[in-house]
Amino acid sequence: MAKVKGEIVINTERCKGCQLCVPVCQQHTIAMSKNLNSKGYQYATVVNDDCNGCTNCALICPDGVISVYRIKLQETN
Amino acid sequence: MENSISKEKICQPENLVYSKTPLMTCNPLSYCPGCGHGTAHRMIMEVIEELNMQAETIGVAPVGCSVLAYDFLDIDMQQAAHGRAPAVATGIKRLMPNKLVFTYQGDGDLAAIGTGETLHACNRGENICIFFVNNGIYGMTGGQMAPTTLPNMKTSTSPFGRDAASTGQPLKITELVAMLPGTSYVTRQSVHTPANVRKTKKAIEKAFQCQLEKKGLAFVEIVSNCNSGWKMTPLDSNKWMEENMFPFFPLGDIKVPK
Ligand SMILES: Cc1ncc(C[n+]2csc(CCOP(=O)(O)OP(=O)(O)O)c2C)c(N)n1
Ligand code: SF4
Ligand code: SF4
Ligand code: SF4
Repeated sequence: MAKVKGEIVINTERCKGCQLCVPVCQQHTIAMSKNLNSKGYQYATVVNDDCNGCTNCALICPDGVISVYRIKLQETN
Repeated sequence: MENSISKEKICQPENLVYSKTPLMTCNPLSYCPGCGHGTAHRMIMEVIEELNMQAETIGVAPVGCSVLAYDFLDIDMQQAAHGRAPAVATGIKRLMPNKLVFTYQGDGDLAAIGTGETLHACNRGENICIFFVNNGIYGMTGGQMAPTTLPNMKTSTSPFGRDAASTGQPLKITELVAMLPGTSYVTRQSVHTPANVRKTKKAIEKAFQCQLEKKGLAFVEIVSNCNSGWKMTPLDSNKWMEENMFPFFPLGDIKVPK
């Protein structure tokens, strides 16, 4: 069975810190940064390596600042 | 080994599965953090991109928070006076029947000052699409009561809650237009969860399809939050919307195309 591995890229300068992307990620990959972007928003950031590329976060982001990448992994064992 | 695949290797153009459609301009949206207008905009533009009709589409922007929609949607746009978008869209579509024409309107615009234009365009069966973002309040002007404000809901002009005895019940204009013979497809959706965003996109697709098949006016309501006007965080406002808006404004198709 092929597994998938995802990655997201967040345009943190355009993030408005609304937090809508955080609870929609079942992999708990996203949390809010302790830092602020230049507009003063606490931005979303990636906190683990478990993204499966489901696109939920990117779909819910009102500002469209998340891009999602996904690859298929070949099972090794 | 799985772990050896670096982020750089995964983040290659051939592996991209989702990013903001280029039919949205690079301008930062003027909307409050977490406001559903941005998602609604993006779904409309994704559908136009998939139909490959960027150059053939004309949108009509309302008065309300989305008054600046023409700054964000990379298509031809026309600005209408408050509530008059369906009349403007009627003129555009009648003159240029081969264009894909839609209005984008809030509830203050569509269901208050523009009620007449809305009902008559629907009744005439103009071959356009109306995308109606219902957040139950006048967002742009500071959260005043709208015809769609729920009973007992507090707004800046109903500080003790909407008094239905003196101001009436919220206007279910979507159910109203579904009764008119000119409408082809009437549905109510939302953009507050990924599943609902996907459903809304399907509804927008169906609405444009009705127009391409000249079936009459397709009307898509999107129930959305106005977290600033409601004075809640975006996450709380979406939860409040589920608990309070949806019982009164239930999601789903109201009229399906023949
Ligand atoms: C003729 C006219 N009357 C009143 C106004 C003031 N006004 C601007 S936006 C608005 C209501 C907007 O509410 P809505 O359509 O619900 O959009 P939202 O801002 O909530 O997205 C009003 C009453 C105006 N601009 N023009
Ligand atoms: S794509 Fe899916 S799994 Fe990956 S961060 Fe977004 S919501 Fe989480
Ligand atoms: S949904 Fe978008 S704007 Fe909101 S916090 Fe997440 S990345 Fe930022
Ligand atoms: S005032 Fe309300 S409708 Fe307007 S951008 Fe802010 S949250 Fe959205």
